[in-house]
Formats: sequence, structure tokens, C-alpha cells
Amino acid sequence: MESKRITLFAGHYGSGKTNIAVNYALRLKVKYDKVVIADLDIVNPYFRSKDSEKQLEARGIHLISSEYANTNVDVPAMPSEAYSIIDDKSIRAVIDVGGDDRGALAMGRYAPAILSENDYEMLLVINKYRPLTRDCASTLAVMNEIETACGMKFTGIINNSNLGDETTAEDVTSSAAYADEIANATGLPIRMTTVKEELYDTLKEKVINCTPIKLYVKQSWAKQEEDLWQK
Amino acid sequence: MAEKVLMKGNEALAEAAIMAGCRHYFGYPITPQTEIAAYMAKRMPVIGGTFLQAESEVAAINMIYGAAAAGKRAMTSSSSPGIALKSEGISYLAGSDLPALIINVQRGGPGLGGIQPSQSDYFQATKSAGHGDFKLIVLAPASVQEMVDLTFKGFDLADKYRMPAMLLSDGTMGQMMEPVSLDMGEVKEYDKSSWAACGTKCEREHNVVNSLFIQPEELEKYNFERYERYAQIEANEVMYDEYKMEDAEICIVAYGVAARVSQNAIDKAREQGIKVGMIRPITLWPFPKAVLNAAADKVKAFISVELSMGQMIEDVELSIRCKKPVLLCNRVGGMIPTTEDVLNSINKANSVGGDK
Repeated sequence: MESKRITLFAGHYGSGKTNIAVNYALRLKVKYDKVVIADLDIVNPYFRSKDSEKQLEARGIHLISSEYANTNVDVPAMPSEAYSIIDDKSIRAVIDVGGDDRGALAMGRYAPAILSENDYEMLLVINKYRPLTRDCASTLAVMNEIETACGMKFTGIINNSNLGDETTAEDVTSSAAYADEIANATGLPIRMTTVKEELYDTLKEKVINCTPIKLYVKQSWAKQEEDLWQK
Repeated sequence: MAEKVLMKGNEALAEAAIMAGCRHYFGYPITPQTEIAAYMAKRMPVIGGTFLQAESEVAAINMIYGAAAAGKRAMTSSSSPGIALKSEGISYLAGSDLPALIINVQRGGPGLGGIQPSQSDYFQATKSAGHGDFKLIVLAPASVQEMVDLTFKGFDLADKYRMPAMLLSDGTMGQMMEPVSLDMGEVKEYDKSSWAACGTKCEREHNVVNSLFIQPEELEKYNFERYERYAQIEANEVMYDEYKMEDAEICIVAYGVAARVSQNAIDKAREQGIKVGMIRPITLWPFPKAVLNAAADKVKAFISVELSMGQMIEDVELSIRCKKPVLLCNRVGGMIPTTEDVLNSINKANSVGGDK
């Protein structure tokens, strides 16, 4: 898929933004030389792109994150390096915006520069199986809060409806109506329907822009059990 | 089958509390439980409930006292250092026979400690969550689904026995995401009219909620009565889960995240031909003494797997009357034992236990 110079992923916390951002950056790296991923989550001290820093750097993807991220110092802070995304037009950037409107508020400081360059895409990550975004109305409410907080409008939707490890093909196909309703209500295209790799063959003809993703961002207790990066 | 949703432990707990009829939440932010307060802040105004960020933990627990005294289901949540600040209020709740649910999403200690998961508040929760003779019902979830189920259960037991209950979780349980069913069935209503201070309408005598009894005979009487209730709870409300105990020669005792890791280790040990199983306490008080004591007649050794410096191990040893050796497998300070850590202890127990 054609990408803009800057791609932002935002949505309700727990919607799967971080994992999708990591997957997307890896895909961009195949095509582009200079790819950076910025972790702008000022809210959540757990499960961040920072968890994958070594693996990303090993693949030539530079991670920009707060110097406090994953240090267990619970300080909400923005990375000073983030402005390099704006200034260096030769890079392809993936921005992982923090959860909900509070996370998006911090992102807003970069909005004027991103808007004036006008080479970006901002994607709303949605999951029907998250209770606070379980229907069109509640998802639109979250979407409006994020747009208001960061001062930017979404340009597309990623349907990431899943139930974690237990997700079945049926769970994904039955979320299509929900995604369509949001697409119709907002006029935004469904840019991807993200599915775990095992389900890709079953679903590739059945859902819009089916895109396989790996689960890179693991829950902390499970991290030790399985390291997907090794595979 | 009930529809499943994907939830983070902390928010699943918060939603379960709302479904259990809790309309009063008072708290003060602290990592790693802040999502509970954030969720309540969003949901309570929508459903006509009260969310209030108090000026301190001490204020929050005393607001719980007020809501509980009025007969309302009330909940507060915090993490380890914050629970310590609430301890005076918890004792007042117990001394006034008030039901409430207190959530501790534990982090490493002592002192300010760190933000990573821990189980080092076991003693605090099960032995002494405040001053004076009293107990808390202590529930220990090991999955996001149990965060839901035990929140529901906690409110019910608190009302049933008129006492505070605690859900003892940890940073891992609070932060992990798993599919859950929120189908909890009917909420059982308890008649609180005989004691709740919720307005007489000038139709009855005042109900007085109080923990001050300056005559020692009277204070002793209330303490004795309370402990009779505690004896009933010990007899009727013990909850635990067994894993591969049928033929086990080694018994792991673990709760919460330690039980999740232990289960993996048990599967690996059995591949090596070591017969090991687990008894997982779901209620830490009342502790599953009888089932452990019965197991002591069958197994050759126990292992207490904890994220603490050997706290639950004391209850294991007491329960089995020191009939068999009990090994400790632990990591602390925010570290979680690995499958290998537990496997090493299993191997050790296999040889140590064989000597007895």
C-alpha cells in the first residue's frame, strides 16, 4: 500500500495501536531506507514500542521514545527527538499516539507542522470487542475526543477487532458490519483489517484490505515464555 | 454462551464492580491501578453513579466508610503504598461491621518501592490490614476473568458477612488483556435496613454506625461475635483450584501471576516425568488449610511460589502442620519468577522431598 511520509496510529487504549505501529514500520522498512517509529505514549508505562527497541534497531528502524519510557520511572514526558520527524523530510515516520484523548493531547504540539506539510495519514484503530468501543456510537465518541485533543482529523480506519489469542475467523468477519458502519458514518476508508497471521489465508478474500500482523508487543508475564522476534 | 469482550484486568474489574451494583467509587491515583479510576471517571457519570478523586488515600477510604454506612455498595482501589495509607480506615470499616470492596493492585515495596508487579502485601492483606483484631476476606485473581468474577464475589461476601473484602491483585493482572465474559447473573440484594444509616423518615429509631466502644465488656463482646462470623467464613467460603494434583508427588502452592507461571512449569516438569501439581488458593483468607493438610499426606514436598520474601509459605507450613518440607521459590521487587526458576525448585523438591 502507498504510504504517506508520516503515518499516525491512534485509538482507544488497548485497541492494538502499538503492535500495529511496529508491524507497519517493519513493512515500510522493506521499501524505504530511513524508517523511524515514535512512541509518544505519555500515559501507559507498560506494553510500549520501547519493549521492542533492540529488535527494531537491529532491523534498521530507529525508535524515538521518551528517555523515561520503560525505565520504571513513572514520568509522563515527550521525547526531545520527536521534532526530527518533522524536520527531516527524508525519513518515513510511524507515530504511535498514546491512548485516548489524553495521549493525543500531547501529540497536538506537532499537529501544526504535520498539517502544513500535508503528507500524512492518521489511522483510527478500532476493536469491536473492547467494551468502551463496542459499537459505532461509542467508537465515534472516542474518535471525536482524540481529534479534538490533537487538532487533527483521521484519514482512515484500521479494523483490528480481536479477542487476543482466542480470536477466530468468525470474530473477524462478524466485526465487518461494525467497521462498515463507522466507515459510513465518518466517510473514512477502511485501510486495513488486521488479522493474526494464522487467520490470513482464511480471511484474505473475506474482509476489506486484510493485513496479517504478528503480535510483537507481549504481556509482561508471557514475554519470557515466547519471543516472537526469535522466529 | 455469553459474548466475550477483550479487556485489561483493571478495566474488567471496574466494569464488574459497576455490574455488581457499585455506584460509589472513591480513589486516589497510583500506578499500576490508575485505569480503574480512569474507567470509573468515564462510566460513573453516565450511569448516575459517583466518581470522586479524593484529596488523599485517607480521604478516599473514609468516603467509602460514609457510603458503606449508608448501605451503598462502595469500592476504592490503590496500590501497595496507598493501601498502607488506607489501613486506618480499613480497620474502622471492620470495627463498624461495614461491607466494602478494597482493591490492591500490588507493586514492589517496601516504601515507595517500584511500579512493577509484586505480591509482597500478603501479610498486610491476610494478617494485618490495620490495627486491632479483625480479618478481611482476601480474594486473589489469576486471570482477567477472575478479576471480574472475584469482584462480583467480593461485593457479595462483604454484604453477606458485613465486613470489608479485599481483592489482592498485582500489576500483571491489572495490565494484561484477555477475553472475558461479563455475564455475572443476578446481583443478590441484602437487606441493610437494620443497620444502615440512610434516613429514618421519622419512622424508626436511628441506626448508629460506630466502632467506638469504651466499655471493655461491650468491645470484647463485639470482637467475640465478629470472630464467630469469621469462623463461619472459614468453614464455608474457602475457594481454591487444583491443577494435576491427582497423582502429584510435589505440590506447588501459588496464587495470582505466580500460579500462571507455575502452571507452565508443571507442564514442563511432567514432560520430564516429575509428578507435580498445584493447589492455587483463590481465597487467601480464608486460606485453604484443609485441602493442603490432606495433600500433605500424599505428596513428599511443597513449593511456595511467591513474588514476596516468603510470606504465604508460613500459611502453607501452618496448614500442613510442618508434616512435609516446604521450599520457597521467589522473585521480588517487581521481578516475576521464570518457568525455569520454578522448574529448578521442582527438581530440588524432587530430591529434597525424597529424603524424608
